[in-house]
Amino acid sequence: MKIAVPVKFVPDLVEELTIAPGGSALDTTWLRLIISEFDDHAVEQAILLKEHVGGQVTVLTIEAEGSDDFLFTAAAKGADQLIKFTGDFSNSNNHALAHVYADLLKLVQPDLILTGVQAHNDLDGPVGPLLAEYLGLPYVGYVAGITVSADHVVVRKEYAGGLIAEMELKLPAVLGIQAAEQPPRYVAYSKIRQVMGTAKIEERAVASLDTGGTVEVSRMFLPEVAERATMLEGAADQIADRLVSIFRELGTL
Amino acid sequence: MNQDIFVVIEHLQRKVLDISFVMLAAARQLANSTGGNVTAVLLGFNAQGLAGNLSADIVLYVDQPALAEFTSDAYQKILAGLIQEQAPRAVLFGHSSIGMDIASGLSAKLSLPMVSSCHSFSDDGKYVSQICGGKIMAEGMLPGPTVLVSMVPGGYKAEQGQSSQAPALTNVPAPALAELRVTLKQYIEPDKSDVDITKEPILVAVGRGIQNKDNIDLANDLATALGAVVCASRPVVDQGWMPTTRLVGKSGKQVKPKIYLALGISGAPEHIEGMGESDTIIAINTDPYAPIFNVAKYGAVLDLLDLAPALTEKVKGAKGG
Repeated sequence: MKIAVPVKFVPDLVEELTIAPGGSALDTTWLRLIISEFDDHAVEQAILLKEHVGGQVTVLTIEAEGSDDFLFTAAAKGADQLIKFTGDFSNSNNHALAHVYADLLKLVQPDLILTGVQAHNDLDGPVGPLLAEYLGLPYVGYVAGITVSADHVVVRKEYAGGLIAEMELKLPAVLGIQAAEQPPRYVAYSKIRQVMGTAKIEERAVASLDTGGTVEVSRMFLPEVAERATMLEGAADQIADRLVSIFRELGTL
Repeated sequence: MNQDIFVVIEHLQRKVLDISFVMLAAARQLANSTGGNVTAVLLGFNAQGLAGNLSADIVLYVDQPALAEFTSDAYQKILAGLIQEQAPRAVLFGHSSIGMDIASGLSAKLSLPMVSSCHSFSDDGKYVSQICGGKIMAEGMLPGPTVLVSMVPGGYKAEQGQSSQAPALTNVPAPALAELRVTLKQYIEPDKSDVDITKEPILVAVGRGIQNKDNIDLANDLATALGAVVCASRPVVDQGWMPTTRLVGKSGKQVKPKIYLALGISGAPEHIEGMGESDTIIAINTDPYAPIFNVAKYGAVLDLLDLAPALTEKVKGAKGG
């Protein structure tokens, strides 16, 4: 089974996000990028499938700070082929990204394509369904659990309230991963270093982007809050005291 | 092209989902700025009855056995034809397990622009989207001629999209669906053997800030002292540290306790969706910019690992004394 995992990098939300002087984009000066969490789960799910049913895993990313480390880490986990697209992606969006990935995946012809179900900065829709459409393949998202057969997969699709739908898709297919069946595994740095010596990142230059799906942003801002929390100050002990009196006021103590 | 706003009604197991009503409320506001109608698009099988309380000017209903329950392939095929033929100003989908399966695919198929994660519309018809885990809002003009929009909850109340008067329903003929590549095998109902967190008056909720499985004990100790139950946000469940029966949020339970004590939870929109209606939310987080503080009544910028043991002792003391 050939499995491909196209991923994207997103701003790290642990860092403080600020708006650029123009007022319509994030300030990228100090912006730290990390792999989208759901894409990380998609990589893990691909490796788990490879371990269960055999096959080959190809991981694709566009060039970003940290993309080489990410690809080598994927190789250390078990990915077989690493592809990095190079070029100017400063005006990229998910439509453009899906076109870039689709062009290559038409040649690779995987049986299964796993993507993260969403990324937190998708402004023009998630990548998975776009990619499926450009490749003429079926798509199901919010997947947490996959069983593979010869010509189809059965997936567990999550709905609100804990309801699961078991859906069957004909292969080849694209799946949007909500969570891998196991949390993304940890790989020791020594193992990654070892892989760096043997694994090869294939670079593909992207000459131009099809940014047809771009959504114009006229203003970006921090959420306007109707009423922010009353902030309790002090050390842990003092805050615990305050909380106890709040619990009392609320009649629970 | 017309100025109507279409809303793709989401339903599962013969029940209309709340996001549908939220979208109808949003559509009404948007239709006021475009001067068009609000059109509910209902796909189903013998499901005309689901249209009864939709607050819409008209319901377009497509009836086929393959549409009895949601599958992406069938929905996408029917909607592609309908959107192309009617060319409304905008089509609203839920930013949900249903809507997100089809909206951006239709954008690619029909070469129509798509706006994701829309929280609300401004009075002059701009979209306002919530991105970066709820930390950033993006606003702009809705591209044309027809735009597809995925809506997150929070901007409108479901009640605003409900009506006591049944809207006019038009049956829309559609070609029979053949060679579908996605089929529903079965539904698996949630596990009911665990405690039902939707019925608990006090919840101690843990998020990524709990750091590892062993630290869950700190939350358990606090919950025991308070007479509460522990629940969790998605990352904690994905790590396998808590069972899915305790998951609060978009893909988990919707809870409304008297007290929701959020420990180390940043408050991504997917989580807020499941607990935003709690009576009193108390949030503890090391990140002063965490969006959870925007919905909490009380907050403290603090490591939960420092607070939890201290609070457990004080609560025990208060109960003992």
